[in-house]
Amino acid sequence: MNNSQINQIKDKAFQYFGIFCTLIGIVLLVIFIGSILIDGLGRIDWNFLTSLPSRKAEKAGILTAWSGSLWIFGLTAIFAIPLGVSAGVYLEEYGKKNWFSNLLEINISNLAGVPSVIYGILGLEIFVRTFKFGGSLLAGSFTLALLILPIIIVATREAVKAVPHSIREAAYGMGASKWQTTYTQVLPAAGGGISTGIILALSRAIGETAPLIIIGALAYVPFVPTSPLDEFTVLPMQIFNWTSRPDHAFVVNAAAGIILLLGITFLLNGIAVYFRNKWQKKVKW
Amino acid sequence: MENTSQKNINNEDQSMSQDTTEKSKVILESKKANVYYGDMHAIKNVNIKMRENSVTAFIGPSGCGKSTFLRTFNRMNDYIDIFRKEGEFYINGKEIYQKDVKVEELRKTVGMVFQKPNPFPKSIYENVAFGLRIQGIKNKSVLDEAVEKSLKQAAIWDEVKDNLKKSALALSGGQQQRICIARALAVEPKVLLMDEPASALDPISTAKIEELIYQLKENYTIVIVTHNMQQAGRVSDRTAFFYIGELIEFGKTKNIFTNPKEELTERYITGRFG
Repeated sequence: MNNSQINQIKDKAFQYFGIFCTLIGIVLLVIFIGSILIDGLGRIDWNFLTSLPSRKAEKAGILTAWSGSLWIFGLTAIFAIPLGVSAGVYLEEYGKKNWFSNLLEINISNLAGVPSVIYGILGLEIFVRTFKFGGSLLAGSFTLALLILPIIIVATREAVKAVPHSIREAAYGMGASKWQTTYTQVLPAAGGGISTGIILALSRAIGETAPLIIIGALAYVPFVPTSPLDEFTVLPMQIFNWTSRPDHAFVVNAAAGIILLLGITFLLNGIAVYFRNKWQKKVKW
Repeated sequence: MENTSQKNINNEDQSMSQDTTEKSKVILESKKANVYYGDMHAIKNVNIKMRENSVTAFIGPSGCGKSTFLRTFNRMNDYIDIFRKEGEFYINGKEIYQKDVKVEELRKTVGMVFQKPNPFPKSIYENVAFGLRIQGIKNKSVLDEAVEKSLKQAAIWDEVKDNLKKSALALSGGQQQRICIARALAVEPKVLLMDEPASALDPISTAKIEELIYQLKENYTIVIVTHNMQQAGRVSDRTAFFYIGELIEFGKTKNIFTNPKEELTERYITGRFG
């Protein structure tokens, strides 16, 4: 066997290995979604979506959980997006590049990798106890906003960095101030990348359970939250609660809940991706 | 200042030259200008005067500092952290690096056109209206008028008048560059700095830009950096030859090209180095 034959074999081997690796992920996902659908799809009906939780599995609904999730999603977005985008723009456009900004950059990247439980403890201390928000939607969304802030900041910086320098020069050359340049040119051009980061970050927030457990969100909430200071539960917590029950009927409920959570996540992502693509089509160079 | 222009008027009358720039007043001036990027001495002790309604060409080999020098006149180098300057730079008799000079105001007086066409990813109309919009002008008829006037001045109105809503990025490179010129003209600057405005364009577009520069001279003072010696010869009244940060020779373009005083200039113009 000569050298080129060996190379060909290596080439083929890697190709099959790659296919195998890709299939593992896809097959597992198909099995997972398939079994969930088989278990839970029959359980989803109007009653399930609009009923309050109950001790009896067949009566229990998921209204409080999905409305809580939507509240958390909305509030977290309101808090995290302006903070994260502003911080990212500041660091990239305004901040001087020195050892301090380097330190800041490393720390922000590291924060993105801190386990979410730690954020829960932070939220418990700051929002629940110091600010006395209790186990409310406000405390929960502040905590999740902190959790996803690093992701949004990093994504914003990357997107802003990718805007061609010539666009900034053009605006400065016309007598635009830094803010005018940022607001009228850089931000719109970076919008696609920034919104991708926001989508990823919010998807993560809506699936989080651990920090919410720590700040004291309840698994059993017999009412729909009507203000940010209300107590709440979210889909992942409701699912977790149901799966830990011994009665099989609750496991079916959990499967139905998972389908709903996946559905909401896909839907929100879909909407966000739609708007991002529309946006990106306008800014092409 | 006054003395030199007095002296030149006589020459002017005798030679019956088309070049009337000798009479007009000095708009751009540098005194003992030095520019540093960190340790690099990019511009070395340059004194130059450029007159109203004239076209001055900066020529010289790559890295000789001509773009750097051009950019000091609208303070575009301010954003470079390691940039440092010494000496004085005047626009219309005003030193532009003084503390009371607002750089945004300066750039409304001194417009700039860049090497690579850089229209904003917006409509043609919005590109040209940008300079007025950031000054807070919202009145639609004022904007409409300014956009039309600028596009006409930039000799592109006829090509785009039916498509003002179209993205400027959908135009050809040459058209984009003329949109950029229109954009710069819309705020009615006194001076137009052009940093190799035709170097990224095809010959036909280049000819259009050159024709345009010739027309714009009536109302604006133009400084153009170019690598193209024929271009400098065609469009400029005066030419400045830079070499490694020094201004080697500055004079009437026809003199520089036909009868350079410095050997370095002659060698560069005849293509023996560069």
